[in-house]
Amino acid sequence: MAIELKDVENIAHLARLQLSPAEQQEAQNSINNILHMIDQMQAIDTAGVEPLAHAYEASQRLREDVVTEHDQRDVLLALAPNADRGLFLVPKVLE
Amino acid sequence: MLKQGIAAISSSLSKGEISSVEITQAYLDQISRHNNDLNAYITVTAEQALAQAATADKIRSAGNAGVFTGVPIAHKDIFCTTGVKTSCGSRMLDNFIAPYNATVVEKLLASGAVMLGKTNMDEFAMGSSNETSYYGPVKNPWNRSLVPGGSSGGSAAAVAGHLCPAATATDTGGSIRQPASFCGLTGIKPTYGRVSRWGMIAFASSLDQAGTLTHSAEDSAIMLNIMAGFDPKDSTSVDLPVPDYCATLNKPLAGLRIGIPRQHFAEGLKPEVETQIRAALHEFEKLGATIKEISLENNHYSVAAYYVIAPAEASANLARYDGVRFGYRCAKPVDLEDLYKRSRAEGFGAEVKRRIMVGTYALSAGYYDAYYIKAQKVRRLIKNDFERALNEVDVIMGPTSPHTAFPLGSKTKDPVAMYLEDIYTIAVNLAGLPGISIPAGLVNGLPIGLQIVGRDFDEAKLLNIAHMFQQATDWHKQTPGA
Amino acid sequence: MEWETVIGLEVHVQLATASKLFSGTSTRFGAEPNTQANVFDLALPGTLPVLNGKAVEMAVKFGLAVGAQINRKSVFDRKNYFYPDLPKGYQTSQLDHPTVGKGTLTITMEDGSTRTIGITRAHMEEDAGKSLHEEFPTDTGIDLNRAGTPLLEIVSEPELRNAKEAVAYLKKLHSLIVYLGISDGDMSQGSMRCDANVSVRPKGESKFGTRAEIKNINSFRFVEKAINIEVARQIDILEDGGKIVQETRLYDAVKNETRSMRSKEVANDYRYFPEPDLLPVVIDEAFIARIKATLPELPDIKSQRFQSQYGLSPYDANVLAADLHVAAYFEEVAAGCGDAKLSANWVMGDLQAYLNKAEIDISKSPIASTALANLVSRIVDNTISSKIAKAVFEAMLNGEGSADEIIAAKGLKQVTDTGAIEKVVDAVIAANPKQVEQYRAGGEKVFAFFVGQVMKESRGKANPVQVNEILLDKLTAK
Repeated sequence: MAIELKDVENIAHLARLQLSPAEQQEAQNSINNILHMIDQMQAIDTAGVEPLAHAYEASQRLREDVVTEHDQRDVLLALAPNADRGLFLVPKVLE
Repeated sequence: MLKQGIAAISSSLSKGEISSVEITQAYLDQISRHNNDLNAYITVTAEQALAQAATADKIRSAGNAGVFTGVPIAHKDIFCTTGVKTSCGSRMLDNFIAPYNATVVEKLLASGAVMLGKTNMDEFAMGSSNETSYYGPVKNPWNRSLVPGGSSGGSAAAVAGHLCPAATATDTGGSIRQPASFCGLTGIKPTYGRVSRWGMIAFASSLDQAGTLTHSAEDSAIMLNIMAGFDPKDSTSVDLPVPDYCATLNKPLAGLRIGIPRQHFAEGLKPEVETQIRAALHEFEKLGATIKEISLENNHYSVAAYYVIAPAEASANLARYDGVRFGYRCAKPVDLEDLYKRSRAEGFGAEVKRRIMVGTYALSAGYYDAYYIKAQKVRRLIKNDFERALNEVDVIMGPTSPHTAFPLGSKTKDPVAMYLEDIYTIAVNLAGLPGISIPAGLVNGLPIGLQIVGRDFDEAKLLNIAHMFQQATDWHKQTPGA
Repeated sequence: MEWETVIGLEVHVQLATASKLFSGTSTRFGAEPNTQANVFDLALPGTLPVLNGKAVEMAVKFGLAVGAQINRKSVFDRKNYFYPDLPKGYQTSQLDHPTVGKGTLTITMEDGSTRTIGITRAHMEEDAGKSLHEEFPTDTGIDLNRAGTPLLEIVSEPELRNAKEAVAYLKKLHSLIVYLGISDGDMSQGSMRCDANVSVRPKGESKFGTRAEIKNINSFRFVEKAINIEVARQIDILEDGGKIVQETRLYDAVKNETRSMRSKEVANDYRYFPEPDLLPVVIDEAFIARIKATLPELPDIKSQRFQSQYGLSPYDANVLAADLHVAAYFEEVAAGCGDAKLSANWVMGDLQAYLNKAEIDISKSPIASTALANLVSRIVDNTISSKIAKAVFEAMLNGEGSADEIIAAKGLKQVTDTGAIEKVVDAVIAANPKQVEQYRAGGEKVFAFFVGQVMKESRGKANPVQVNEILLDKLTAK
């Protein structure tokens, strides 16, 4: 499969990446090369094969419902690029 | 002293031949002399290291020292460290100081290890040459014009260049084993789930695994003894007892059944590398092992499957870097979309963005089955190949990489060529198996690695095999310029 | 043309766990912003999820209560999208393998008729944080306290046919989750939120019409209004020859209208895939048996019992059994006074009327069940009439004391002394010769006038049964 420039635009939007026209062009070329390599696997017959999501097939461990974390707001908000009055700030979102 | 590893330093410390402060200072001096050149460290924590060393010395004089007390090490900058920048090789996290230690860091800290600093790496561990780092490429100590391998290139260069005796590292598709091969080191990637991933910044969650880069299998065993084990904070961590990896290092290898995959000795493997690998295999025969050719039918497709699965997981794992709660944020965003798009465009490097886009595409509507599900099915076939083979043999051996370290800049323009670097290592991650790379010879004065792959949770056997080889040979003692 | 409405509901229920779905952070409501948002909740690098076992138990409990299939293996997936209230850039949810499969819920309409509605599935997922748009002039503030709170999303089949059924379904669901103790059900705190998929089709048509998803309807009242207004909108469009656009619409309670959420116009591509940081959740028979053993008596069963044990009508039994606390209160009153039907009347009547008006939950009723039992007992043992009892009830609400205290203090004890009643009757007959004549001439309606006069003279205290007997006796005797 090969992707077009509009696919690059769509992917970049889904992934929230700003790309210049030159970067889009470069992305289209390199992604198509990668897809070409990936498409090799289409040659394998995988009919009836169960997809494998985890190498080690175990089951999820359940945690006890206990509060173990405590308020660290001051420490954590200090990591934020923009925070005020206990809130993380982003440019105004209009709904 | 500086050319030795953990075991030797630990022994000198316990005999009182040297103090932790002295050995730590010696490494810090090495770092200040050579790091500008090698670029192995992103952050050097000199003051903190000396304080930890002084504490270690006190513990030792009080008679409470363990094998690791006062031994300096370095951490790949993918492991979060309280109060010390954890960049993951990215501009995105250039300002990020975690308020917590990764479990691996915490365990080594508790064992008395001294942290010298944080090592350079490919950005978010995405690379096979350590050239995608925001902090610039790392140089191979064997030849400064060559790459050290990646993504754990900083850890490999730091150990090989004697800027630390051992280092932590991570391996998603070969990121420990390939740098080990290129830098003449012992590098183990344990079974998926053996070492906690908590606090280790995710690239591809179902493939990432922490391990070590050291001078010897014995050092790896000492380090893994501390790092391995169940962690309730990581759901994929496995709750199985951890054997003492040092206890079985010297088990004789008589009767060991080694499988060599036909596919790892085929087109693409440099003849000089093959010669050295065959010689190493012969060495095992001398130690009493038998060798049998096996087939990993689907190995050829491992790179393809990997470059769907890893980028897909990465595309979600890296969505949290949005300029809101931590990390890089673009200047003066005009609206939310601008904040996201520019922060991520400016904070991530080209290779990271490329993989995010590949992964986003592979998961997007209409392509999910053809790419993601197909890759998961291929993944199972690859795992089945290994299971079948490991029913017949105890371990699988072959070259870690088809060649020796390549020149800086020689593959950066061709992502696919760079991806194919991991042709022998990637399948091991897809199957979740443990793998180790050990020095197995020199080609034109450059090291090459032998990869040994074992069954699930068979790290002890891999370390035993590697150690017995290192008792019989001295490839692992070769050092740059030596 | 006659139209048929098709409604499917997606209800998000906040599970009443102490800690979040994947982290050990408290889920307590009302804390200062971001004081309940820790390293995992903020999606700091390297942090990992570990599943809260209690949430799984609650999901299974719900599944068992609606007779659903409990999937032995369920899988969490990542649903990818960017929004500031979603720290990881993906929501961990269950797409193809939810914990709870198909089940049913029986709803009761006001006329007492019942319908069984299919439940498609119920799955666990994380709640998002909150965006505060009013706090800053040019910025939106993000509070992540709620991020990661466990939700159970319960999806119904598109089998509801009008807004009243949708409300009945929601009320039943609400009743059930409170019964099960898996949620506090507090809608004002967002513990139960509803999205409605609404479409219309010509009556008799088997194909579904194009649906709109209405978001943000968070009270029973708004659900009914929002659905009705949306149905009207769709019918208007169709009858004008237009087409319904499949879209997400927001209900505005102030303007009583739904409007398109333009920001979501671009089709989302959520790129779901299995969450690699979590393993499949495996639920075995022992786990299910253990949860089954903790199931309380459920509303339908309780209603049946109320009918057989207390002889209540199906309607009364359903109303009382619908609310766990009301049912318990009723049973306490009935046990205390020995008259279940009278207890039911009082609980559903005067008490509920007062509580509704004052907007008080029965668990916080100013009149405790034992106090009401005391009052009803005095009716049962003929100390007071039902009419006097209403006055005593008012006095109890005014905090004037217990029923017995008020009856004593105000001298409200019923007069059952035949002699005393006869005296009053005689006086009334003597004072109203004209009415006596009318009665004796066949004007039986006048009898009620005499009863009223006697009760008035006795200030309501005369036993009404005796008053009737004596009056009848005296009026017909001569």
